[in-house]
Amino acid sequence: MQEQKPILGASPIRKEGRAKVLGAAKYIDDQELPGMWFGATVRSSVARAKIRSISFTQAVDWSEYSIVRATDIPGENTIVHLTKDHLCLADEQINHPEEPILLIAHPEKSALLAGLKAVEIQYDQLPGVFTIEESEQAVANSDPDRIIWPGSDMGGTANCFKQYTMYTGEGKAAEDGIAAAFENADFIIQGEYTTGAQEQLYIENNGVIAECFRDDTGNIESVCVRGSMQCPYYLVHALTLVFGLPEEKCRVIQVETGGAFGGKEDFPSVIGSHAALLAMKCGHPVKMTYDRAEDMLATTKRHPSRTRLRTAVSKEGKLLGGTIDIAIDGGAYATLSPVVLSRATIHAPGPYKWPHLRVKSKAMATNVPPHGAFRGFGAPQSLFALERHMDKIAKTIGLSPEELRRRNFLATGDCTATGQPLVEKVDMDALLTRALKEAGYHEKIARFAEENKTSSIKRGVGFATFMHGTGFTGSGERRLNSLVHLDISEDGRPLVLVSSTEFGQGTNTILCQVAAETLQLPYEAVSIAPVDTSVVPNSGPTVASRTAMIVGKLVERASNQMLDMLQLKAGCGLEMFCAAALAYRKEHGSVRSSVRYEPPTKIYWDDDLYRGDAYPGYAWAVYVAEVAVDMNTYMATCTRFDALQEVGLVMHPVLAKGQVEGGVAQGIGYALYEKCVYKDGRLMNNQMTNYIMPTSADLPAIHVHFEEVPSIHGPKGAKGIGELPMDGPAPAILNAIENATGVSFTSIPLMPEDIFERFTSFTTPEHGGTEDLDPSVDRDTNVEVPA
Amino acid sequence: MSVKVQLTINGEPKSVDVPPMKRLLDVLREDLHLTGTKEGCGEGECGACAVLMNGELVNSCLVPALQANGARLCTIEGVSTEGRLHPIQQCFLERGGAQCGICTPGMILATHHLLDKYPNPTMEQIQEGLAGNLCRCTGYMRIFESVQEAAKIQEAKGQAA
Repeated sequence: MQEQKPILGASPIRKEGRAKVLGAAKYIDDQELPGMWFGATVRSSVARAKIRSISFTQAVDWSEYSIVRATDIPGENTIVHLTKDHLCLADEQINHPEEPILLIAHPEKSALLAGLKAVEIQYDQLPGVFTIEESEQAVANSDPDRIIWPGSDMGGTANCFKQYTMYTGEGKAAEDGIAAAFENADFIIQGEYTTGAQEQLYIENNGVIAECFRDDTGNIESVCVRGSMQCPYYLVHALTLVFGLPEEKCRVIQVETGGAFGGKEDFPSVIGSHAALLAMKCGHPVKMTYDRAEDMLATTKRHPSRTRLRTAVSKEGKLLGGTIDIAIDGGAYATLSPVVLSRATIHAPGPYKWPHLRVKSKAMATNVPPHGAFRGFGAPQSLFALERHMDKIAKTIGLSPEELRRRNFLATGDCTATGQPLVEKVDMDALLTRALKEAGYHEKIARFAEENKTSSIKRGVGFATFMHGTGFTGSGERRLNSLVHLDISEDGRPLVLVSSTEFGQGTNTILCQVAAETLQLPYEAVSIAPVDTSVVPNSGPTVASRTAMIVGKLVERASNQMLDMLQLKAGCGLEMFCAAALAYRKEHGSVRSSVRYEPPTKIYWDDDLYRGDAYPGYAWAVYVAEVAVDMNTYMATCTRFDALQEVGLVMHPVLAKGQVEGGVAQGIGYALYEKCVYKDGRLMNNQMTNYIMPTSADLPAIHVHFEEVPSIHGPKGAKGIGELPMDGPAPAILNAIENATGVSFTSIPLMPEDIFERFTSFTTPEHGGTEDLDPSVDRDTNVEVPA
Repeated sequence: MSVKVQLTINGEPKSVDVPPMKRLLDVLREDLHLTGTKEGCGEGECGACAVLMNGELVNSCLVPALQANGARLCTIEGVSTEGRLHPIQQCFLERGGAQCGICTPGMILATHHLLDKYPNPTMEQIQEGLAGNLCRCTGYMRIFESVQEAAKIQEAKGQAA
């Protein structure tokens, strides 16, 4: 047996890294096909309307263009997600600005703009609703003019895509427990927290190239779409409906993808279907790429949210019971809102013990472009609310934020709010102790309090404690039923076949590490196949922090199974492995080790009761932010960040650090920089010039720390890491701002003008301010002290 | 209307007939098939299209072709020599400076420019020097480390020579 250094836990070179640093990696816009045309989308200029007429002016020679309308769609006019309410092309009714109505294609890309301008659409406008509150109001008033989404036979009610009610235990008993908790509480503390939309802002916009093939009689035989995306099989599914073709006739190829963050989870189903329809119509391959302005206007963003907490607390700082009410803005169609809402709901109780809790949540319809997946997937919204609220509770009852959390942490053996026993080790106390030490928290609390007295720069520290579930929520992984192949290449070396995609996070690298580690072969000897659905099996979508743990475990099992097939032992060496693999293929025709997801027998989720084991595993974290608020400019800046997490085995320390740092940077942007400004449902700042993400000069040093507690569910104990770092920064930063200024803010993004307004409005009665607008008084929190 | 524009790209003289206001970015990508230079925003904010023009870092989406007439250009394709990675590229590869890779060509050219100007940059100089190149994946920390490491290697090489 050859001894080999561990490969999991080392940091080998990223598989596709060399091509990337050479500038040789081929993204979709770097590719062309012979005879290729270019496509563009005619979009609605209004938020809600009936289409009265569409006319084509003589400004261009229309014989040069191909045009696709809803009536040209050979199959169903739908972009399927969980429901079919989302149309591929609007036919009569417009439900949001920038809704696709027509598609045009031309051999010259430069001719597209003139074509778009030469289409004239007349509308009969209808009233729209643009906020959660307006949508609720319409339901409350039974206002038929403002019921913008009727409900669907696949779920939902008027203006509401989905609702959940989650209880600790049986519903009636939980309600009684909550009522008793409020009766017996020493303090009842209420708060409302809101978060804004956020753009994924991958640096590569959405883009695809599509082909459509016909048989000798002219019938559509198959379609093929290649492009920038996370989930090729989602697009396969969408194409089967749009074209009425079987799955094997809808081929999807993922090419190098320049960032995604959830923004290329569901949206490629739209642009991919559109380009394929144009290819069908014009008889040429068609490239569709959005420019930044169109990408920002028309594609999905993070759901805005409003969360209300009402909590019963004892004077000793124990959470006795509570209610959490979450509403998210889903936009005009259901798309992924029900599952985003589910993750928001399940993460709402945080890493705490709640004897009695009810979480009610709903996703409301509005006339804005549909909101969709973005790293964190609902959890950043509800955890922002909870972690701000925990600081409010601490302040109200006179405990430190640290002590309050310590008195309520979940620990090994406890049950989560959904009734999931925490079988694997959880030690939030130890994480909190270490994180505060790494950040110098206690020393800074004391020092800043002193320094702030004489400085116009107010400094502070704050933290958030939280968790993120790995894998699909509830019974999702059972339904996905993922499949992985391990094969060999021509020379007998192992080849991983999965539909799990690389878009920067390191899928290619870590899955090859898992195979190499399991087979005890050099990392360099293992490769991963390009993601082409005609070749790779469906290992599920590349989302939900599931790739390392769920797909990684399947690759580990496939590797062990291959050793059994070849009657080899791990560590036999590359030469022997290749020889055995080639001999096996000669004898059996192929060497393919296939494994399918097997749900752990002890993990069970009840969809009807909405209770059970919500996720196979959780990553746990404590994030500490240090801030400076300049009281002359009212600008808040994050000046240091410490991120400590327990994510099981750290598979690749360099990639893992990069994931956390990148997520924290997005979280800092979410809290302090990135504001989506809407007018009548349309994004007004759809440019990098006026939608501001953090630059290298804006970010503080981000210190990343890991604890490793291996989980039985992942390869060598790995858990998910991708989304976790998005959850903690915003509440940690706003908690730090309260520590710095004494003022509690409850809404993000928190821009300098918001801070300015809060600190100055009480001095200007002529602008509506009044004497009692003292900025240090927290008016959002309602504290009751029952007699 | 087309004009003849002469350029020296990565050491090689080239001549193209293009509309005078065609973006240098499109000249590189479409006429010269140098697709390593990327488009992120098309308005000079993100730096994905950054190239060196007469030694200065420019956003090629903002440069009309005619303005580049007679210029010496360096694109990502000119940073490596005969397939051998430049130390900056090697450091980005080893230190996690590239994730999705779309900002990487521009980021590497910005680093090249920075290290020409400041062979031993302070953290502040690195942060300022790369502030015109947006990266959404890394949070920049691995990039800073890549730059610092590249500076060390180049310094050591300079001393050896």
